[in-house]
Order: sequence, then C-alpha cells, then structure tokens
Amino acid sequence: MDRIAKIFRPGPRHAIPVMVFLLLGFVAPLVTVVLYSFVPSRTFDLWQDWSLANYAEIFNSSSYIPFAWSLGLAVATVLILALVCYPVAFGMTRIFGRYATLVTLLFTLPLFVSENVRIYGWILFFIKNGVLLGSLKSMFGYEPESILFTTGLTLMGMVYVYLPFMLFPMTLGVSMVPQQTRDAAFDLGASRWQVFKEVDLPLAMPGIVIGFLLTFVLAVGAIAEAKVLGGQRIIPITQDIETAFTYAQNWPLGAALSVLLMLVVGTLVLVVLRRFDLDTILGKK
Amino acid sequence: MDGSGDRMRRALIWSWTGVVVIFMYLPALSLFLASSTSSRYFGFPITKWGFVWWQKTFDSLEVHQLFRTSLAIALCVTVIAVVIALFGALAFARYEWKGRSMYQKLVLLPIFFPQTVLGLALLLYFNALGFTMSWQTAVFAHLVWIIPVCTLVISIQVYSFDPALEEAAFDLGATRWQVFREVTLPVLFPGIFSGALFAFLLSWGNFPLSLYTTGADTTLPEYLYAKMIAGYTPGVPVLGTVSTFGAALLMLVGYLMIVILRRRRSGGANVN
Repeated sequence: MDRIAKIFRPGPRHAIPVMVFLLLGFVAPLVTVVLYSFVPSRTFDLWQDWSLANYAEIFNSSSYIPFAWSLGLAVATVLILALVCYPVAFGMTRIFGRYATLVTLLFTLPLFVSENVRIYGWILFFIKNGVLLGSLKSMFGYEPESILFTTGLTLMGMVYVYLPFMLFPMTLGVSMVPQQTRDAAFDLGASRWQVFKEVDLPLAMPGIVIGFLLTFVLAVGAIAEAKVLGGQRIIPITQDIETAFTYAQNWPLGAALSVLLMLVVGTLVLVVLRRFDLDTILGKK
Repeated sequence: MDGSGDRMRRALIWSWTGVVVIFMYLPALSLFLASSTSSRYFGFPITKWGFVWWQKTFDSLEVHQLFRTSLAIALCVTVIAVVIALFGALAFARYEWKGRSMYQKLVLLPIFFPQTVLGLALLLYFNALGFTMSWQTAVFAHLVWIIPVCTLVISIQVYSFDPALEEAAFDLGATRWQVFREVTLPVLFPGIFSGALFAFLLSWGNFPLSLYTTGADTTLPEYLYAKMIAGYTPGVPVLGTVSTFGAALLMLVGYLMIVILRRRRSGGANVN
C-alpha cells in the first residue's frame, strides 16, 4: 500500500505518461535491436537459435574502418565547433544585449529545415557553375576545381549541421559565469587569459561539456553529410548499418552493428550525464 | 578596463558572429537562387530570372499530397507531444521527488541518441510487433524524439514557476482542475506554446525518423531526398526555400505572440 501511495505523489504521477511512452517507444525498440543481433544472419524471425555469430562476423571483417571514420570525424567536428562557437556564446551573454534574442532566433531557424535540404544547398553552392564557382568565373575568369565530394567537405557539412547543438548548451554554460566574479578577478589584477582559464572556463564547464556530448553523439550518427557532400569517399558506420538494413537485407548484422554503436554512445552519455545536476544548468536564471 | 581594446574585442566578436550567421545561411541563399531561375538546369550567375518553377511546383498534385501527409504527422505529433510533455515537465522541474534526477536523465536519453539508429530500431520494433508502416507509425517515431525535446522546452518555463500561486488557489478553495485551468496553464502558457512550436517544426523537418517509419506514405523531406539523389530538378530548391521561409514566418509569429503575452503579464509575479 505504501508503495502505491508513493507512486501517486504529484512528482511520480506526472512523470508516468512520459515514462510509459519512453518505455514503449525507446527502451522496447532498443531491446528489440539487441535481440535481433543474436539471430542468424539474413533472417527476419526473432524467435530462433540465438548465437554470437553476427558479432564474430563483424570482428573478423574490416568494420573497424567505418567505426574509426565516424568517431574521428565526430571528434574533429566537436573540436572545430568548440572554437567556432565559444566567441558567439560569449557574445550572446555579454555583448549582444537586446540583440541576443535575434541572434538566437537566427541560429534556431536552420534546425527546422530538413538537414538533407540544407546540405543540398551546399551542393548548389560548391558545384561547378554553382554559386561560388560560377561567381568566381564570371567576375575574375578564375576556374578552380570544385571541392565537392571530398572528406574535408564532409567535415564542413557536419560542422554546419551540428553547430546549433554546440552553441546553445555552450551559451547556457557561459551565462552561468557571474559577471561579478569576472570583475573581481580583473580587479585583483588577473590578465584576460587568466580570467578565461581560471574563471570563465571552469564555471561554464557544465554547459560546454553538454554541448560536447550532444554534438559528439549526433555527429557519430551522421550519415547524409558523407553520402551527399562527401560523395561516399568515406563510409561512416551509420551508412554500413543502413546498408545492412536496406540493400543487403541483413537485419541481424545491422542490429549487431547498431548495438556496438549504441554501446559506445550509451556508455559515454551515461558516464557524462551522471555527473551533472540538470537543475543548476537549466533552472538557474 | 582599457576602452579601445575592449571596443576592438567587441567588434571582433560581432564580426565573427556575422561570419558564422552567413555560413549558416549560405545553403538557404543558394537554394533560393536556384529556385528563381527559369531554365531547367542551374547555372550561376543566373541568366533568366523567373518563378516558373514555383508555379509548376505549387500546381503539382503530388506536392499537395506530400504537404497533407507532412501536415497530418506534424499536427498529431504536436498535440500528443505537448500534452505528455506538459506533465513530464511538471515532474521534471516543479515537484521535488525521489528519483527525479534519474528521471531527468532518462528523459534526455532519446535526444542524446543518433536518429538514424533510432529510426532503424523503430523499424525493427514495429516489424516484430507486426505493424505495417504508415504515417501513424511515423507519428509514434517522431514522438520518441520530440516528447523529450518538448519536455525540456516546457521545463525551462516551469523552473520559473512559483508553486505558491497554486497553493494560494488551493487555499481559496479551488479544485484541482480549477487550479490547473486557471493558474498552472495560463502561467505556463508561453512555455507550452514554444514547446508546441518546436514540436511542429521539428516534426515537419524530420528526415531520419520518417525515412524508415512512414512506409508507403511519403513526407516532404523524404520526397526531396528521393528527388535529390535521382538527379537535378528545380522543384527541390523551390520546396527547400518554401520550407525555410515557412519556418521563419511561423517562428517569427510565434515569437511575437510570446512577447505580447509576456508584455501583457509584466508587472505580475512571473515576468520571465
């Protein structure tokens, strides 16, 4: 009876709809994937002899290459975004004043346009006779090679797509640094660099780390950038997974690859999120 | 602090932000340019300006059907997500309870998850349950990702909510339903409204989840993707530009509404 009374307290009671939905819509599908990864290769029926054959197949193949590409590109994306976004995040909190809302809206809007459409915009920009090369040609008579379909452009596409996911958590983090603390440090004779290193960075860390985590996880799952902008020059792990599910019609193999990816992502997310108190990050005004 | 160095730094940060904003909008600009040419193929600089392709795209019956499917999915997602997320947000930020910190992290997990993998996982799941993919399964798939986002957006409003308002209403003899309708809902409305806006727009633009879960029903982003890989047609830039402008308009109207709502209530206990 006591247990039931506890569940019907306001907090847990309000959490019920979300929890039930996520149980059915998030946990259950992931469990299905895990189960499928033990089923014999190229079959579609879940209830049969389970084995580790799919994992053995992966470890005996060259699947580590797409894994390495995905992780490497994700790390590069995160590092570039950290450098690109910090000045903007700083400006949002300390410099832009009443224009900060406008800047926020400008960075939010792209999120609402389908990612593949925006990437397609880059193709029109970079393609031969496109916006960039066409302008160069007509204005200067200069005709360089198109940089479309290179790994560098894949990386640029990822930086572009995931920028808001770094910027917003980072801005939240930077806004947690009290101006008084910075002023006090300056009054005590600290240099700009010292204030950045000893005050700004440590106090903004929760937001920065969340930004890192979010962009890393999403970038590991990136697929369209390499396919569309990179011209399939490199194959990320997500594309291998997609191929297994679609063209190859080998669901168990795709499931096993997904499980490995989920292990990497899940461990990282759980380890990092455990350390944070979300109330202070989100709720503090 | 030294004035000139400070001014210099401000100017640098402003210009850097400007560069980043331009970077964010170059693709949209390219799409717009490509949509406003009368020729079949895109070449820049544009020789024949015109909006022939806009006309052709809007007259296409196929495009009407795509709009209807995308709209049906986005509207269903918005209504369901807002209702569930409102309660989710109250549990997230309003009430103190044991297990709340754990709950907050669980809610975030679907956001911190690669969407392509989530889409494929849902495909497997629906298949194992024996469902046929349609726009209804897509609604479910979108919700898995959008309910957490919506919960987060509404929670930010709930954090600045003063529980004393509800308690005062209870003390004055209001029923639970009256308190919810007359106090909680109006005070949280700006947050709920932004949550709804996010839900609608994120569902409208979603591609990775729709790709695997819509079955025979096709949404606008899926159609655009299919056209993109099949070869160039000016219809893609037209629809891309329309989505961008549509989202911008909706966001602007939504933002103005929230500003007006806040103005009206400013002076009250809850300004932010």
